[in-house]
Amino acid sequence: MKNNIYIYILVMAGVTYLIRLLPLTIFRKEIKNRFVRSFLHYMPYVTLSVMTFPAILSATGNVISSAIGFVAALVIAWIDGNLFKVALGACGAALISQLIINIL
Amino acid sequence: MGKQLEKKVGSAGRKVNLQEFRSGVHHGIPVGLGYFFVSFTLGITAKQTGLSSLQAALMSLSIHASAGEFAALGIIAAGAGYWEMALTEIIVNLRYLLMSCSLSQKLSGSMRFFHRFLIAFDITDEIFAFSVSRPGKLNPFFTYGMMVVASPGWVLGTFVGAAAGGILPAVVTGAMSIALYGMFISVVIPSARKDKVIAGIVAASMLLSGAFALIPVIKDISSGFKIIILTVAISAAAAALFPVKEEEREEAA
Repeated sequence: MKNNIYIYILVMAGVTYLIRLLPLTIFRKEIKNRFVRSFLHYMPYVTLSVMTFPAILSATGNVISSAIGFVAALVIAWIDGNLFKVALGACGAALISQLIINIL
Repeated sequence: MGKQLEKKVGSAGRKVNLQEFRSGVHHGIPVGLGYFFVSFTLGITAKQTGLSSLQAALMSLSIHASAGEFAALGIIAAGAGYWEMALTEIIVNLRYLLMSCSLSQKLSGSMRFFHRFLIAFDITDEIFAFSVSRPGKLNPFFTYGMMVVASPGWVLGTFVGAAAGGILPAVVTGAMSIALYGMFISVVIPSARKDKVIAGIVAASMLLSGAFALIPVIKDISSGFKIIILTVAISAAAAALFPVKEEEREEAA
């Protein structure tokens, strides 16, 4: 670490805050355009899906245990959308399968 | 802040605000617990990068961004310059720009201006997703309710992970790395279950993202840029093919 850690934090905090703040303070009028409205409606689902896959497959360092965690998360989220249960269930499934892989 | 606001909105408004705040806290609890898990692994990474536990917690408190913080630790580990840090954060966190545009549409024009500065402090993927799916206009107190439980989960998790994460075996911390994606999935799947169009979009997004990771040349694009390119392309295609019905525009301020 050559540089000052606090300046790093200040830079990333400043940039990230501005990214979040500027649209809230500049684009305050209601958007009438149907295409833009639809775009904004679908956008979060696309972003989160893109961020999840395929990155999730390398999460544990093992493709098989990661894939099992992925499937567990999909199944639990389908049955019960509770965020904590999904996160915990996915971790648990990945852990158990990784332990089994390590033994085999 | 409290006194001025109370005068303005009166007792009926205050009651609604309190209800919204409570509802936000209710929604925020599982989010905060999930955050604790995810930021625990972030704390471990921060420690390995050379940050103290307090520095790691300070980073989480001032940024509130999972991918942004993981990417930032990579920059710090590499000893890269401050401008590289700024650029990386812009790319990795650019999705928040789109989310803020979307959230701005949910805010009433009559809402006092300072609320926008407070809300902007903690627009995360999850807090955004819950806030934007509230019926009618968004009462900022709902978002604050989520923030007061989600943010401590995120900051404390980072702190504990940095302070004590080293005692856990690698197999456990490896499995915990799934939690981040579990959170994303828990936001997406319930909506996909209710809406076939969203289900199709989620599936298409994952397939295309998978393809982007395999195709030569494209796979070398930084992950932050890939996220932006795919988000804009797929959302635009979805908006053109399946425009949202106008009935969803009713205004319940």
